[in-house]
Amino acid sequence: MNSSTVKRFLPLGIFLVLIAFLGIGLTLNPREVPSPLINKPLPQFKLAVLSEPEKTIAAIDLRGQVWLLNVWASWCVACRVEHPVLVELAKTKQVPIYGLNYKDKSPAAIAWLGNFGNPYVQSLIDADGLVGIDLGVYGVPETFVVDKQGLIRYKQIGPVTPEALRDTILPLVKKLSAS
Amino acid sequence: MKAFLIVLALCAAFLAQAKVAPNTSADPALEARMMVIAEELRCLVCQNETIAASHADLAVDLKNQIRLKLKEGQSQKQILDFMVERYGDFVLYRPPLKTTTVLLWLGPFTLLAVAVLMLVVNVRRRRRSAQPAALSDEDIAKARALLVTPTQN
Repeated sequence: MNSSTVKRFLPLGIFLVLIAFLGIGLTLNPREVPSPLINKPLPQFKLAVLSEPEKTIAAIDLRGQVWLLNVWASWCVACRVEHPVLVELAKTKQVPIYGLNYKDKSPAAIAWLGNFGNPYVQSLIDADGLVGIDLGVYGVPETFVVDKQGLIRYKQIGPVTPEALRDTILPLVKKLSAS
Repeated sequence: MKAFLIVLALCAAFLAQAKVAPNTSADPALEARMMVIAEELRCLVCQNETIAASHADLAVDLKNQIRLKLKEGQSQKQILDFMVERYGDFVLYRPPLKTTTVLLWLGPFTLLAVAVLMLVVNVRRRRRSAQPAALSDEDIAKARALLVTPTQN
């Protein structure tokens, strides 16, 4: 290869490299910001239960089991997309799902669960969204996998898809439950 | 395509929640300090806006958090750290210089240096090749003969 061929194909080469990078960029989802909370303890909270508002549940009460924390709201359109997936998952009893009812009105939330089914062991009321801020929530729905020690091990941003459940969440739950 | 639809749905969800005006506090000095901090923070719902500029529900909530923390006497750094702990470095409009962001900070300068180097090399090479080749006496004589004698045809 002499220098004139190199010169001729150099711009094409640079162009192809650029295309490759842009191509990779297109496959990434800019909304998926890696959470700094992975492998960190779940923030402390003590929240009222949606079905029995006089009762509260604290983060520490849920220690000793692997569980999912699903952030949802009746106003959230994408929550409807994932909801059947969670309902199905709850039926299999593989992992308890707790809901965080984020910036919602309780009557609307209860009606929503009545319409679409209730996959949650309990839903906790985060009406002002402060626990949501502690969890770094920015795009409802979000789902956290919490281990027996109360550490956050995974965060799903956006709806839980059957693929995400099969390929990532359930294998992780299995692994964490075994340890 | 599916991912795109999901993103659209997410946007719609937050747009539906967007409010017209943030509740401003009565204290203009506090408000000014809050806005300085809010200018440093990215709204994660609408990623190309600062929290100061955004009217998304989350941005309004975070502005309230900043007001609250300023009233508690926290410093700008403490508040920014609070946000980074929860949302990661991405929440900062000016990303910090770290091992993971070295390419981001130095990449453009490296590219510029490479471009300048290539330009210098190229210009030098061209200047060298543009210099007239020395002619021998014989060549000059030949040229003169060609110029003087008219051609036959």
